[in-house]
This record gives sequence, structure tokens and C-alpha cells, in this order.
Amino acid sequence: MNRSVSQKNIKLARNLVIVAVAMFGFGYALVPIYDVLCEWKWIERDRPDAIKQAKENAYEVDKNREVTVEFVASLNENTPMVFYAEIQKLKVHPGEYHTVNFHAENKTDKVINARAIHSYSPALVSSFVDTITCFCFDEQLFEPKEAKTLPVRFAVNPDMPPQYKTITLSYTFFDKTENQ
Amino acid sequence: MKKTKQLFAGLTLLASSQQGAQADYTLNLMEGITKVSNHIYDLHMLILWICVFIGIAVFGTMFYSIFHHRKSKGHKAAQFHENTTVEIIWTIIPTLILVAMAIPATKAVIELDDVQDSEMSIKVTGKQWYWDYQYLDNGIKFESHLDEASEKAHRLANGNPHSVPHYLLNVDKPLVVPVNKKIRFVFTAADVIHSWWVPELGWKKDANPGFINEAWTYVPKAGTYRGQCTELCGRDHGFMPIVVIAMEQPDYDAWVKKTLAKQQEAVDLSDLSREDLMSKGASMYLKNCVACHQINGSGITGTYPALTASLRVTGPIDPLIGFIQAGTSRMPAFSKLKDDELAALITYIRNAPELGNSVGDEIQPKAITPVYDD
Amino acid sequence: MSAVVAEHDDHHDDHDHGPAKGILRWIITTNHKDIGTLYLLFALAMFFVGGSMAMIIRAELFEPGMQFVDPQFFNSMTTMHALVMVFGAVMPAFVGLANWMIPMMIGAPDMALPRMNNMSFWLLVAGVLMLASTLFMEGGAPAGGWTLYPPLVLQTGKAFPFAVFSVHLLGISSIMGAINIIATILNMRAPAMTLMKMPLFVWTWLITGFLLIAIMPVFAGAVTMLLTDKFFHTSFFDAAGGGDPVLYQHIFWFFGHPEVYVMILPTFGVASTIIPVFARKPLFGYSSMVYATASIAFLSFIVWAHHMFTVGMPLAGELYFMYATMLIAIPTGVKVFNWTATMWKGSMTFETPMLFSIAFVVLFTLGGFTGLMMSIAPVDFQYHDTYFIVAHFHYTLVPASVFILMAAGYYWLPKWTGHMYNEKIGQLHFWLSTVSVNILFFPQHFLGLAGMPRRIPDYAIQFADWNMISSIGGFIFGASQLLFLYIVIDTIRGGTGEKVTDEVWEDAHKHGLEWTLPSPVPYHTFTTPPAVIPTEHI
Repeated sequence: MNRSVSQKNIKLARNLVIVAVAMFGFGYALVPIYDVLCEWKWIERDRPDAIKQAKENAYEVDKNREVTVEFVASLNENTPMVFYAEIQKLKVHPGEYHTVNFHAENKTDKVINARAIHSYSPALVSSFVDTITCFCFDEQLFEPKEAKTLPVRFAVNPDMPPQYKTITLSYTFFDKTENQ
Repeated sequence: MKKTKQLFAGLTLLASSQQGAQADYTLNLMEGITKVSNHIYDLHMLILWICVFIGIAVFGTMFYSIFHHRKSKGHKAAQFHENTTVEIIWTIIPTLILVAMAIPATKAVIELDDVQDSEMSIKVTGKQWYWDYQYLDNGIKFESHLDEASEKAHRLANGNPHSVPHYLLNVDKPLVVPVNKKIRFVFTAADVIHSWWVPELGWKKDANPGFINEAWTYVPKAGTYRGQCTELCGRDHGFMPIVVIAMEQPDYDAWVKKTLAKQQEAVDLSDLSREDLMSKGASMYLKNCVACHQINGSGITGTYPALTASLRVTGPIDPLIGFIQAGTSRMPAFSKLKDDELAALITYIRNAPELGNSVGDEIQPKAITPVYDD
Repeated sequence: MSAVVAEHDDHHDDHDHGPAKGILRWIITTNHKDIGTLYLLFALAMFFVGGSMAMIIRAELFEPGMQFVDPQFFNSMTTMHALVMVFGAVMPAFVGLANWMIPMMIGAPDMALPRMNNMSFWLLVAGVLMLASTLFMEGGAPAGGWTLYPPLVLQTGKAFPFAVFSVHLLGISSIMGAINIIATILNMRAPAMTLMKMPLFVWTWLITGFLLIAIMPVFAGAVTMLLTDKFFHTSFFDAAGGGDPVLYQHIFWFFGHPEVYVMILPTFGVASTIIPVFARKPLFGYSSMVYATASIAFLSFIVWAHHMFTVGMPLAGELYFMYATMLIAIPTGVKVFNWTATMWKGSMTFETPMLFSIAFVVLFTLGGFTGLMMSIAPVDFQYHDTYFIVAHFHYTLVPASVFILMAAGYYWLPKWTGHMYNEKIGQLHFWLSTVSVNILFFPQHFLGLAGMPRRIPDYAIQFADWNMISSIGGFIFGASQLLFLYIVIDTIRGGTGEKVTDEVWEDAHKHGLEWTLPSPVPYHTFTTPPAVIPTEHI
């Protein structure tokens, strides 16, 4: 093989390696891209950030419309706790703020460090649910047998498109206790 | 508890008596019973016939050519190798077919997506390896495991699947729904991804841990409809079926009333006979333990510890209770077990000859005071 | 499979710088033919390893009830069968063919980067051995399916990091192979070999090479995220830390869908090479074949979520991925129509390579039809994760990719070894394979439609009949492949004893440069580029 071809080969190979490395990076870039798409509510998921607002918005309450809000509580991996919403369904008028209490209780005689995450359904409504108090994403330390009342204060934004009549707010506790 | 069991036993019997689904050599997709499933079936048939039609045209041409244009018949090869007109035609025709196909398909996607205006909601949680149902409107909540007959048939060396009605498609507690109501399902999972599929309803939906998904159905006809988990979820993925029983409204209402009443009854802490403890314990073992610790208690070397001759099992009782209730990093916590269930289970694992243990004691529900109570 | 024996048998004129002697020749070789041989033999061995796993699967599914294996081991078998067949058999086999044939087809003396070529082969071996070693680890081999979905895959035992590293090794090996192939095609062609005169096998590999470079790093990234999620407390896919297991599926299928085409595009290339020779006609629509291949490759990047219709996408996502997926039918259809038109008014003969190629066109088209059916999102709500899917992708991989690899073996073995294979046994192998592969996979369509999920070790009684038939087909198919092994060995050792001509197949020298070389091919070829190139293939 003459030298110029061999140099060309090496140059091309180097460029292709750069492409490969860039594609490895692209794999990681898909993570924030996915997040951004979720922000646009184009893909299904709702993301953890920006769920807490400082204060209540002054919505105009739409008394003519009623939305049924369901509350779902789950425990991941059979975490030895009791966890449920004190009410499972609530009819609300868009714009009104309501507080719903969740009850969580450590059933063991050990400390449990748990973290709840939330998920709303239909996914496209999540930008229309304003949660101002929530226990999500904070590590919750449960002393042995400790029971807690965890409030969620929320309102449905009156701008939510009228086809949504039932929405579900779901909270799942994950056990994050080290060396469990 | 015992009455609940009877109640569900009645349902299971009802479910097993309807043999219908045993048709062998089935060839085609089932039409299903819901409107959505019928629409899906129609789409399936439409696209199938389109494929058959194209297939006949293409393969017909090819086989005609294979038959006639062969050297052994003295056929001389033509030398054409391009024809833009033909190429354009066979690009445009498939495009038109696809556009025509996309229209009804889009309608069906929109129909499947429309979960609004439902009259009731059921939360479905996939777990390794059973389903957990919770009715959001009335508070009914139960687990649905593979039925005992199927468990035994596939786990025991001498098990005979052919003798079990609805082998692997039957559960201890079926999901009961009313007919002619729009029912919304909310799916989630507690460990890995599962997928809930009843073919007769026309769809499946993934249950993802930490997130919820929705789907809906409207069952027009009373009956028993069976399905399975369709997302690989670990060792017993093949053993977590789904049974849906659709009832007329009055029957459903009666079922709700009875089930709620049973659910609210306090746990019966009175002493049980040894036979009762052992038989109840055996059934708890089949539901909760057998997947890992195996039907003979041998576990799986290197993965799941054996119960046979295990000091933890045959040793002092209180630590054992705490262990089972709290779980470990490898074993889930079984805090869901009621005192009577736990008592029976512990009696069983300490004394069952099939597990090779014989401590010779009986643990009564009252003995489960402590580690924590409900 | 070949040059070795050939070299020892009759010394050629270039023995002055021929191969090194003994086993060392194979370890340190940089000769594209030697490395091609290594790849092909390794792929053949892995085909039997992966095939044995399939036999275990079919044996367990022969009857309802658990007879032979534990459910967890069954899951390991389905997982390992897929990984071994995809990364150990089909992909390396096509890299082997590329090594052997591309330099000869474009009039180059060797691959562009011969030393890297050697390294990529041995990395492949290391990767596959590491993968195989997981079978013997505590907790067993990975059992979460070849898609390695979290959170399930994170429940794998000790094998988990090894499986991830083996994916890294296989990925690096594939990327190096792809770089080499691209560099060879772009830089090493004989001056007369312009891009639009290249044989289609070379074209399809050029496109496949770019696909590989684009996707293998993404897969490596995805499994690396799994690894850090498991051991370093990252939360890419862990819901508790703000991640999302569904994100993994998006990344995986961004890799996974093009990956499927990595296995089928070179298949198209070989079919487009073989069919014209035996139809004694030029390929119909050469340039449209090139454009169709390129469009299929492009589309493969924008359709991934059709593997995830039931995962819970919003309406817009479902519709977009449905429409985009349906589009794939158009360029794929063009290819099938072109092959048919190539046969039309030809003067066909039906030697084993042609028989396998025709079976490929027919059976691949069946797999394509079911693919089209599955692209209709609402219907996929029924098909998804059932045996219908299993039937679909096996039709596009076994009687398509694997059959074409067989066809390629029969087609080029005489050129590689200088010996003719036994045509009678070849045809027997073909008919046994074709009949049994349909007994094996066709009933799986019915099973899926009747409601049998995939990846289950045991099933309800109503699925018993078709499963038994499918298993019988599987055993016959598995056993038939031993005939192929016999033929390969027999041909290397002298075959029918008939002396093959340089062109081997009638007028093949009009179709490809490789047929202008002596049979068996000398160790070094085209040290000076050919001045004239055949054009019958375009």
C-alpha cells in the first residue's frame, strides 16, 4: 500500500473514531434531550423538577366545571410501610386549592429512609396541576413505627383543556435506606 | 379471611366452569368482546388481506418466472436492467395503500387513547410475580396470584398440566368488573416493568415502577376473560396470569358488598387446628415463597437459600417473624401477611415434610404479637 | 476456510511472502482472507452455540409443564441465544464476508487497516468469551432479555458487570470493523471502480458501516448508564432518583432498530449479488437498490419507538412512530420488486446458492409483511410481546440473514478453496432447512395471535399443539445445519474433487472482480489494481 493511501486511511479512521466517540456522547445527550421533550410534554413523562411553587396562584375559579382527581399511593419493592391517601377521589373546580393528606407509617422497628416520587396521568395534564406542597423527592426519615401525615396542596389550572375530566396523581415510596 | 377465600373460591369455580378457550390449532387473532378489540380485529384482517394480495401478486410473478424462465427449458435471458416507469409505479402504489391504511389506523389509535369520561377506576400494580388490584371508587383491594392447581402442576416433578382446568390462565382471586361501564385502569409496578394483557379486551399496557399509565375498557358482555403478563419480569414471568370476570350490574354490586364486608372483618385470632394451620400455610407458601425457595424448600444454590434444615427457619420464632415481615435486600418484606396467615406460614415452613423440616410445633395467630401489628 | 489448505496443497507463485507457519499465522495474521476465514469459522461455531440454546428453549416448550430447566435458566437461554446469535454469529459472519470479499470486489490488495483488523477479531473473541463465562457465574447469566431493560436487568447476579463489559468489547470490535470497512471502500478501490459501479454487497456494507459507527457507541453508553446506576448511585433509569426506566428503552431502541438493519442490509447485498448470476441477467434497478438501501438506513433512525407502542406514549408519539414505520415498507418493497424483476425473463438455474437466495426473497417478504402489520400501532397493542413478534423477527433473521449467509457460503466456497461442494448434499441441506424453518416459525404466528406471550417457559394447554409442531420443526432445522458443517469441512478437504474454473459459475466473471481471480484465490490478490472491471452487476 503506498504511503499516501495509508495516510488517507489513517486520517479517515481517525475521523470515524471521532464520530464514534461523539455518538457515545450523543447517547448521554439523549438523557437531557428526553428531559427537554418531557418539558414540552411531548413525550409521556413528567419530570421531578419544578414541582414546587412558592405560593398559590390567584386563579379564577371555574365553578361551572368539575374535575375528578384521583389519588394513588404505592410502595416500591414491598417496602414494609403503610401508605395510602386519606381520600381516593376528590371532585374539584379548576382554580381551587385543596389539601389532601397522605398517611405513611413505618411498620418495622428499624429506621427507614424513603423517598416518594410522583407521576400524573394523563401525562399531558401535568403542566396544569400546580402543586405547592408536596413530599416528593425529599428523603423522608421514618423512625421505628413512626407514622406521618404528608399533605399535598394543589390546584388544577383552569386553562387545562376541557376534555380532561378525570386525572390521577400518583405517589410511590422507594426505600432508600442504606444497607437495608 | 376464610370467608373471603370461599367467596373467591366460588368465583374461581365459575371461571373454571366456562371451558370455551380450549380450542386448539387456533389460527387467527381473536375478535375480542369490546368495540376497540373489534376495530383492531378489523384492522388486522384488512392489513392481512392487503399483505395476502401483494404476496400473491409478487410470489405469483416470481414463481411464474421460476417455472418458465429457466435455462433447462432453453429460455434465453433478456438483458433489460432498468425501467424508470415501472420503478415509479411500484413506489407510488404501495404509498397509496399505506395512506389508505393509515386513516382507519389513526382512528383506532385515537379511540384507544380516549380514557376520559370513565365511570370507575381500578389501579393495577404489577409485582414479581402477581397482580395487585385496587378499586379506587370503593376501596376494594386484593392480590391476584396464579391458582394453586397450576402452581402445583408446574412445580412438582409429577405435576400434570393437562389435568388442570385453564392451566396457567387461572388465578385465586379474579378481577371483577361490571358490564356496560367505561372502566379506567391506572397501571403501575412495584419492582420491574410488567405488562397487563387480556386479548379479549384488545390491548396491553406496560406497568412501569414509579410511573402511572392509563387505559380503558367497556365490557359489553358478562363472561370470563383471561390474559397474561407480557413484559419479561424475571423468573416467574410466565406464571402471573390475569382473569377478568365481567358481571351484570346487580351481581357486581352484590360482589362489591360482600367483598367489602369481608375486607373489613377483623383478623380472626382464634386458635386453629394443626391441619388448618398446615393447609393454610401451604397455600401461603405457594403464593409467596415458592418462586424463590422452591416447592421442596431447596432454594437455588448461590441465589436463593434453602429452607430445609435452615437454622433461621427452625430456630427461635420471634426473630423469624421479624425477618419475614421486614425482608432483606434480597427478600421482599412480607409485612402484608396478616397474623393468622403468618402463623400458618411459619408453622408450615417449620413442619412441612415436603420441605424436609419437622420442628414439631404449632404457631398460633396469637403468638404473632409483636414485631409490628396492623 | 480455505486459503490455508489451499496454500499447503499447491504452492502458489507468491510463497515468498506467504502466510506465517503454524498456529501463529492465525493469531498474528493481518491478511484480509485469513481474518475473513477466522470471522466466518468463529461465526459458524457461535451459530451452533446459539443454536444449542435454541434447542434447549424448544425442548422446554415441547410440551406444557416444566420438564428440563428452571424458569430462570430458561430466561438466561432466551437472553443468551439472542446475544450470541446477534453479536456472535450473524454480525461476525457478515464482517467475515466483508473481509474476504470487499477487497477482492473492489480490486484492493487488502483491507485499509490490516492490524486493526486483526485486533477487532480478537476483541470479538474476548467479548463473546466474557459473555459466555457469565453462564457459570453465581446468579446465572443475564436473564432479562437481550434488550437488557432496567430495572429487571439490575437484578442480574454477579454476571451483570461482565455482561456490560462484554457489550463494550463487542461494541469496540464492531466499530473497529466498521471503520476498517468504510476506509477500505472509500480509499482502496481500483481507480476504475467508481462508487456507482461497486457491487451491491459493497454498497450495503458501506451503509451498514456508518450505521454501526452511529449506533454501537449509543448502546455502549446505555449499558454504561446501567452500570453506573447499579454500582455508582447514578439515577439515569431509577425512578426514585428522578430517572425513568422508559428512557432506557428509548436509548436502547435508538440503537436497536438500526442494529436490526445492520443484520439485514448486507443480506440484501449478497442476495443482489447472487440472484443476477444465476438468472444470467444484470440486476434490475441497480441505482434504485442503492437509494432504497440508503433510505432504509435513514428511516431506521427515526422509527425506534415502534418497539414501545404499549409503554405509554402520548397520542402524538404513537401516531408519528406509526406513520414513520409504515414508510419503511416502501423502499423494502422496491427491493423485493427489483429482485423479482431480475429473475423475470432470465435464464435461471437453481444451484444451492440460488435456492437459498430465492427462499430468502420469499421468506424475508413474509417477515416484511408481518412487520408492516405490526407497524399499525393499534393492532400492535395485540401483537406486542407475543409469539407473533417472535415469528416476525425470526423470519427476517433466520430464513433471511442466515439463509443468505448459507447462500454466500455455497456461492464463494469454491472460489475460496478451489474445490466444489457436493451439490446433492447442498440441495438436501436447502430443502431440509427450508421446510423445517417454516414448520418451526410459521406456527408461532398462530400462537401469538391466539394469545401466547413471548419469553415464557411454560404455557396454557391451548397452545400445546402448535408449540409441539414448532419444536419438531426446530429440531429438524437444528439437525439439518450439521449437514452444512459437513459440507464446509468436506469442501475444504477437497469436496467433489472436481477442479473448479476461475469463474466457477457460468459467466460469473462478468458480475464481479473476484471471479477474474484464480481458484483458489492466491494469498495476495490485486497487488496492482485491475484496469477493467465487470459491469454486468449494475
